[in-house]
Formats: sequence, C-alpha cells, structure tokens
Amino acid sequence: MNPVSASTAMEAGKTTPMQLLRVYALEAKYEWLKTIRNRAFALPALLFPLMFYVFFGVLFSHGNEQAATYLLCTYGVFGVMGPALFSFGAGLAIERGQGWQDIKAASPMPAGAQLFARVWVCSAFSLIIVLSLAVVAATLAGVSFTILQWLGLIAIWVLGGLPFCLLGLTLGLVLKADSAPAIINAIYLPLAFLSGLWMPLTILPSIMQQFALLLPPYHLAQLALKVANLDMQQPALMHGIVLLVFTVIFLGLARLAYNKKAL
Amino acid sequence: MQNIYSATTNRQIPVLSEADSAERSTQHCVARVAKLAKTFQGKVALNDVDLNIMSGQVVTILGANGAGKTTLINILLGRMGFDHGEVSVFGQTPGSLAVKRQTGAMLQVANLPETLKISEHIQLFQAYYPNPMPYQQVLDYAGLNDMQERFSRKLSGGEKQRLLFALSICGNPKLLFLDEPSVGMDVSARQGLWQAIRDLKAKGTAIVLTTHYLQEAENLADHIVLLKEGEIIKRGNSDEFKASVSAKVIRFCSPHTLANFSALPAVLNASQSGKYISLQSSAVNQSLQALLQCYPDIEDLSVSGAGLEDAFLHLNSTPLPLTTSPVNQQGVAS
Repeated sequence: MNPVSASTAMEAGKTTPMQLLRVYALEAKYEWLKTIRNRAFALPALLFPLMFYVFFGVLFSHGNEQAATYLLCTYGVFGVMGPALFSFGAGLAIERGQGWQDIKAASPMPAGAQLFARVWVCSAFSLIIVLSLAVVAATLAGVSFTILQWLGLIAIWVLGGLPFCLLGLTLGLVLKADSAPAIINAIYLPLAFLSGLWMPLTILPSIMQQFALLLPPYHLAQLALKVANLDMQQPALMHGIVLLVFTVIFLGLARLAYNKKAL
Repeated sequence: MQNIYSATTNRQIPVLSEADSAERSTQHCVARVAKLAKTFQGKVALNDVDLNIMSGQVVTILGANGAGKTTLINILLGRMGFDHGEVSVFGQTPGSLAVKRQTGAMLQVANLPETLKISEHIQLFQAYYPNPMPYQQVLDYAGLNDMQERFSRKLSGGEKQRLLFALSICGNPKLLFLDEPSVGMDVSARQGLWQAIRDLKAKGTAIVLTTHYLQEAENLADHIVLLKEGEIIKRGNSDEFKASVSAKVIRFCSPHTLANFSALPAVLNASQSGKYISLQSSAVNQSLQALLQCYPDIEDLSVSGAGLEDAFLHLNSTPLPLTTSPVNQQGVAS
C-alpha cells in the first residue's frame, strides 16, 4: 500500500454528477420509505385533515357549498403544515436525540441530499393530502372548480408548504427529542386556529383578525381562498411578499441553528 | 507464486531487518495530532496531546468517563474545533469531504431510524462513498447475513451495534473510528467483530478504538493510550501497560467487610466488586500468610499477575464502572 499522497486524497474528493444524482435519489427514496412506513406519523398526517374536512366541511355544513369550499381551502393549508412541521421538526429532533444525525454527519453524505429528501417527502405527503381533500370536496361536498382553479389551488398548497418546512427544520434543529412533538403541537394547533383555518376569521373579534396578519398560515390560506374568491380581498402580492419574508426569516433561523449545532 | 531463487537471495538479508523494512514500507501515518489542547468553558478537556495514527494499526484510547476520549474522537472527525495544536488526517483538515470519504465512524447511538431494513441502511451508506465495500463483504464482516430484510426496529442492542459497524465499514475506510463497538454484543458477535477488526487491520486500515472492555484492548490493540483529565499519562502496548504494575492480585470471597483487609501487610490497595475482594500486594507471600491466619474462612482464593485492568486502575487510580467479569485473571486457584 502506498503512502497516502495529496493526489489520492484529491481523487477521493471527486464526484461525478451521476454519483451525486444517485445519492440524492437514494436519500429521497429511503426518506420516503422510512416516513411512509412509520404509521405513528403517516396515518395522522394523511387522515386528520381529511377526517376534519369530512366532519366540518361535509357533514356539518349541511350542503352549504360556500362553507365546504372555504374549509377545503383552509384545511388544505392545515394538511400541508402537518408533515412540514412533524416530519421535518419532530422527526429530525428525534434522530438528533438518538445520535443518528451524528452518524450521518460523520459520513460523506452531502448535507443538501438530506434537505432535498425531506422537502421531497413533505411535498409528496402534501400532494397526497390535498388530492384526497380535493376528491372528497368534489364528490361529497359538491365543490365545483374549473381544472385551472384546481391546478392553481394545488400549486399554492404544495409550494406554500416550503416556509413551514423551513420552520420545521429550525424546530428540529433546536428542540429536544422528548419535548419536540408536544411543542410542535403547541405551535401547530393554535397557529391553525388563529389563522382562520378551522373557521372564518370574520366570526371572530376584529383584534384576532388583525393579529392573524402576523401569521404565515393566514397568508397562505388567503391565497388559496382567492382561487374561490372567498378571501378577505387583500392584495395577493401582499400575501406573497409576507410568505416570502417568512421563508427568508425561517431560512436564516435554520442556518443559525445548523451552524450553532455544528460548533 | 514465489520465485525460489529470489527467495534464496532474500534469505541472505537477516530476517529481522527484512520484517523491519517490510513494516516500514507498509505502514504510514494516517492521522497526526500534535500539542492538541481544548477547553470547554475554562475546563480542560484535552491538554498537550500528541498522537500518530498509523495504517494497519489499532490504537486503543482508554480512560475514565470524562477523560477526553470522545472529545479527541470528535476533533479527529472534524466535528469539534480546538484551541491549540495541530490535527491533520490524510494530510488534510479533519472533517473535509475528501477525508470523510476515506473515514468510517461507529459512534454511540441510542437508536437508528426504525422503519428501514438493514439492507436499505447499508445500500444508502454505500452510495455516500466513491469506492464502497461490496455489499456481501459488508454483511460478512458484520455478521448480518441472516437478517438483511429485518427492520432496524426489531434488532437487539448487539444487533444494532453490528449494523452500525456495517455502516462504518461500508465505505472501505482507510481510517476507522470505533467508539465502544462491542457494547451489548454477545460472545460470538464480539468474536466476529474482533475478527473483522483484525482483517481490516491486515488490509491496512488504521483503527481508533475506545472501549471499557479491557479484554478487547488487550486482544486487539497494537498501541494503547491512557487519557486522564485530558492528558496522555501512559502509552505503550498491552505488555508494557501490565509491566507498569509489579504487584500481584489476591482475590477471594469473604463475609467480612473490605476495611478489614486493607490493613494487612504489604497490601497496597483493596477493592471490592460484588462478593469478591481484590487485594493488590507488593509481597504476596507475606500478605497471604497474614490473610489465611486472620481469616481462615475465605473462599475461592486466587492469585494472579496484574492484568491490563489492574494496570489501568493502578495508573488511573480512580475507580471505573467496569462491568467486566473475571478478566485477565489467568490465576492460580488454590
């Protein structure tokens, strides 16, 4: 065996784009398998939004098409937030607590591969959730949209999950494993309620309507409601900018948390 | 095939220097630590540590909890910065991608993602490395042939350790860190692990091992380093460690309390583990005579030379939570 020279070390540092692509693909595949097989996560994430919608949007709305349409838009946001906060947040916190992330960090896995894999899994879950909501809404609740409206709505939901992925990432890097699920629930559920995802803010005191302007799910829900023309008639650009600002803030916080952890 | 004639000419060279030169050409320094110092909030974690890690060698780091073993490994892995000194791995900064691709690490992990199969874990980690070890070879080394399709949820503690070992070697590492690898393993799994470590060593892999299980150090280590309060207080091979203790060990069962025995003549140190009492004696005959005279009811008496464990305790002189049953006591039972 020859002494390790700088050149062999350099050689070991080279990767072909194909190899890199393969790592990303495998990481995404196994992240997906890992998540979908985890029933304690997958079943609530997939079924809760659908169940809530069937109860409140279909059964209790007594054929009120407007209510069914409103709740479809907002439960879609609720459904997208779940995997983002729990898979990213709680899942990551638990793996960190176990020491598993230390093994990953000591391996030459590209950090981007894991990030990509988790975003992909969140998006895939989001897509399944909103598609199942859409099927129930169209068949049982009598919600009628054009194809373009449906596509726009699905795009808003799935893309709108990104800031919540980054929020989940930050929480996953900061929280302790044993308390992470409880804390994330304590953020998720009030955030959903205060953003008007469960009932229209118009039936709540005006102070709460003001407060909702500070919450990212409110703005995503308003964008979704705009498709059905049931929103508060605020400019779409404002909602978009606020979501973008939150995305940048959460990205900054996640980077901060990641660097602090790496020290 | 060996050429008889060249073999004959080779024999003219003295055997010793032949082995010597062979060793020199096959071994090289994989990682170098010089004058390393690290403090955590004013508390010294490592001080003035020098260490060369050679290819084809097992370096065992011993030390009590908090002696700095994990800190040293984390610095070598590039997961932690340091205050003073120099650390280079493969001539590069620890933790760089090029270094990680030639390094394997088996760290202490409470659990791994439960919903992936053993085969999936291994295949994913193989993909991280440019020249992965063949899948079947990884399974053979780690002894996981019969459980490829098992989910990691259903593994026992020892089986999880074997999977973690598999993940640490699947990149064909030239430098391998093993932090307490045999925890929770049964005897046959441990033997398998030791054999795998010897094979990898023979292939030129440099191995850094920490363990609480001193028989492991004794069986595997070419070089032992004892850390105490962040400093290397002793280095050498297993025999050199044992030689640092000239005392013999008298071991027996007794209903009497420990305090009774420490006053016996020539007894340097008395300790108790379970119902057994161990006395370190600088003059065995003297101690034994007094012991048998004063306490004729003792049972299960044995006398042995100091093992690595005794050397370790002697050098470290702080008791350790050693869970080892009678190790290193190739004793004379009477």
